Amino acid sequence: MRVALFATCYNDTVWPQTPQAVVTVLERLGCTVEFPLGQTCCGQMLTNTGYGREALPLVERFADVFEGYDAVVAPSGSCVGSVRHQHATVARRCGQHALAERATARARTVFELSEFLVDVLGVTDVGAAFPHRVTYHPTCHSLRMLGVGDRPLRLLRAVRGIDLVELPAAEECCGFGGTFAVKNAAVSVAMGADKARHVRETGAEVLVAGDNSCLAHIGGLLGRQRAGVRVMHLAEVLAATEEVAA
Amino acid sequence: MPAFPTAARRALDDAQLRRNLHHATHTIRAKRARAVAEVDQWERLRSNGAAIKDHTLTHLDTYLTQLEESLTRAGASVHWARDAEEANRIVTGLVRATGTDEVVKVKSMATQEIELNQALEQAGIRAWETDLAELIVQLGHDQPSHILVPAIHRNRAEIREIFLREMGQVGVGAPADLTSEPARLAEAARGHLREKFLRAKVAVCGANFAVAQTGTLVVVESEGNGRMCLTLPETLIAVVGIEKVVPTFADLDVFLQLLPRSSTGERMNPYTSMWTGVTPGDGPQAVHVVLLDNGRTDALADDLGRQALRCIRCSACLNVCPVYERVGGHAYGSVYPGPIGAVLNPLIRGTTSAVDRALPSASSLCGACFDACPVRIEIPDLLVRLRTRVVDEKRGGLPTPEALAMKATAWTLASPARLEGAQRVSALAGRALRGRERIGRLPGPLAAWSDARDAPVPAPETFRSWWKRERGER
Ligand code: SF4
Repeated sequence: MRVALFATCYNDTVWPQTPQAVVTVLERLGCTVEFPLGQTCCGQMLTNTGYGREALPLVERFADVFEGYDAVVAPSGSCVGSVRHQHATVARRCGQHALAERATARARTVFELSEFLVDVLGVTDVGAAFPHRVTYHPTCHSLRMLGVGDRPLRLLRAVRGIDLVELPAAEECCGFGGTFAVKNAAVSVAMGADKARHVRETGAEVLVAGDNSCLAHIGGLLGRQRAGVRVMHLAEVLAATEEVAA
Repeated sequence: MPAFPTAARRALDDAQLRRNLHHATHTIRAKRARAVAEVDQWERLRSNGAAIKDHTLTHLDTYLTQLEESLTRAGASVHWARDAEEANRIVTGLVRATGTDEVVKVKSMATQEIELNQALEQAGIRAWETDLAELIVQLGHDQPSHILVPAIHRNRAEIREIFLREMGQVGVGAPADLTSEPARLAEAARGHLREKFLRAKVAVCGANFAVAQTGTLVVVESEGNGRMCLTLPETLIAVVGIEKVVPTFADLDVFLQLLPRSSTGERMNPYTSMWTGVTPGDGPQAVHVVLLDNGRTDALADDLGRQALRCIRCSACLNVCPVYERVGGHAYGSVYPGPIGAVLNPLIRGTTSAVDRALPSASSLCGACFDACPVRIEIPDLLVRLRTRVVDEKRGGLPTPEALAMKATAWTLASPARLEGAQRVSALAGRALRGRERIGRLPGPLAAWSDARDAPVPAPETFRSWWKRERGER
């Protein structure tokens, strides 16, 4: 199987350890991973802010760059959500019907990390070890747009040494929401503050999720509160082993 | 009325409001979830509801004509109103013709939408709201903040004060020893309203549904006050949005299952009143139905916007919305608040005002509203679509700072080389800040983020450059 990694622009730039962790996990499970260097961004921020026309070249680039791969894996529920649910629509609205069809075909090959591991590779135990108290936040786009269900939790439960505790009101939005975090900063922070409070209630050392953007928002609040809680992407926990602690 | 971000910030400062809203939305959420879980094929029911609405909206002209014929046959008079002004003129004229100067009202979103009470007041006609929550809002000189529970932002103690202070000024007063027990509050309202019911010659109502085949109006409620309005007065005036029509009674069956479970979390609502024209010697002897457009055909003409007209005003989307939960209904600047308000208002009022332009962005796009909506309105998609409309309408003029930033972002992301250029700057910053885990407050436009949140320190080396170094340029 030809597996391509879609690192996503913000992970590539700000959190490279996350795509690195994806490479570690996939190679440990026997995949050959390629990183097509022509990739940039799914255009989600542009689309969701109302700049669909500006996102169009990115939709086209995505369809070109990931042509021919059996599977494209990305460590971001919201970017996968954008590719799967928005790319064809953006193309169609701009009158690009041929591109819309290519985008639809491409969308079928794109997987969020936990979907790929559980559904495509059929694995829940990825051979990770992480002896810490952890709580998991199911981000909105993974949960509702993609419907990843309990796949991330099944992967986490199989991690050796982990003390996985339930997050109260887990399914409530953390308030990040892309440009919402800036356009309606006050509401965004109010929502995030409640999320941060729930995280602290669990007594977890580490908050895990499948989207670094949501984690940056919650982590940014926890940081300002000097709460002493680390945030980590699911991929990084799954990449950790007894030899290489994260 | 300030646009959403400002109005929301003010609402967030009101701790009492936050507590009232949190309590109310969480209670009703749990109740709805239980009531929905009882239905085996809820998802199928939702799809049925959506399909019936879509079919009706696609053939709206046919069903409206049929409704008009059925209503006329049953002895009702039908009036068509293009906009709020026309509707208000029709209703005011009808009330005047009866020679009375007061009306009782059953809660109706359509009449709030057109601000009928204000129009009546200008014509010297007093309108008494009879729904308990509407009564609280009216007596409190307040605005409704929820579709179903207009006084959701008030708690019992506040309601007791309003009753004691205001009831006596406009009718039967509240007992002096009134407590904030729900039963005592309801009793005070009953005493106050009874006098108005028995005296009123004219009632104004809305309708949850209008059955085209038979000309039947359907009013769904919890208190029975609506039923009093529908039976006691001599004249009944119904103001009904044109999207409320359903083809047959069999279709109604689907919605009477979807609505109560979604709205109040009940299997069935306590009162469902169905009214078909005039029955000699029983109930109102003059029945008028005002069919209201007020922007609805504009929404209908919008290929995606049409979906929003499926809405049966159950308020499930409000109750699950994390934004609504924190700011309440007033911040939306309309009688339709919450997620559906954020799409419905700009659709039917257009996006010319600052309030309507801000509404599509008043959402984190978490998707909880779509999951809850009994007629499967894809609210997050509609919001994105409306954001696009707002942006497109501004194209050609002087670009806003946002537009400039987005265009710059798009330009950077259009090629890997440009992205790498930008990443070099970010990596440099990352190296300069090495050792720090987070960045504190930032200046300029970044302050909106960093006022309350630490910003992450960018990585000193991007993934792309790590990959090239480790794995080569393949
Ligand atoms: S949009 Fe859906 S959930 Fe919201 S009020 Fe309308 S029918 Fe109910």
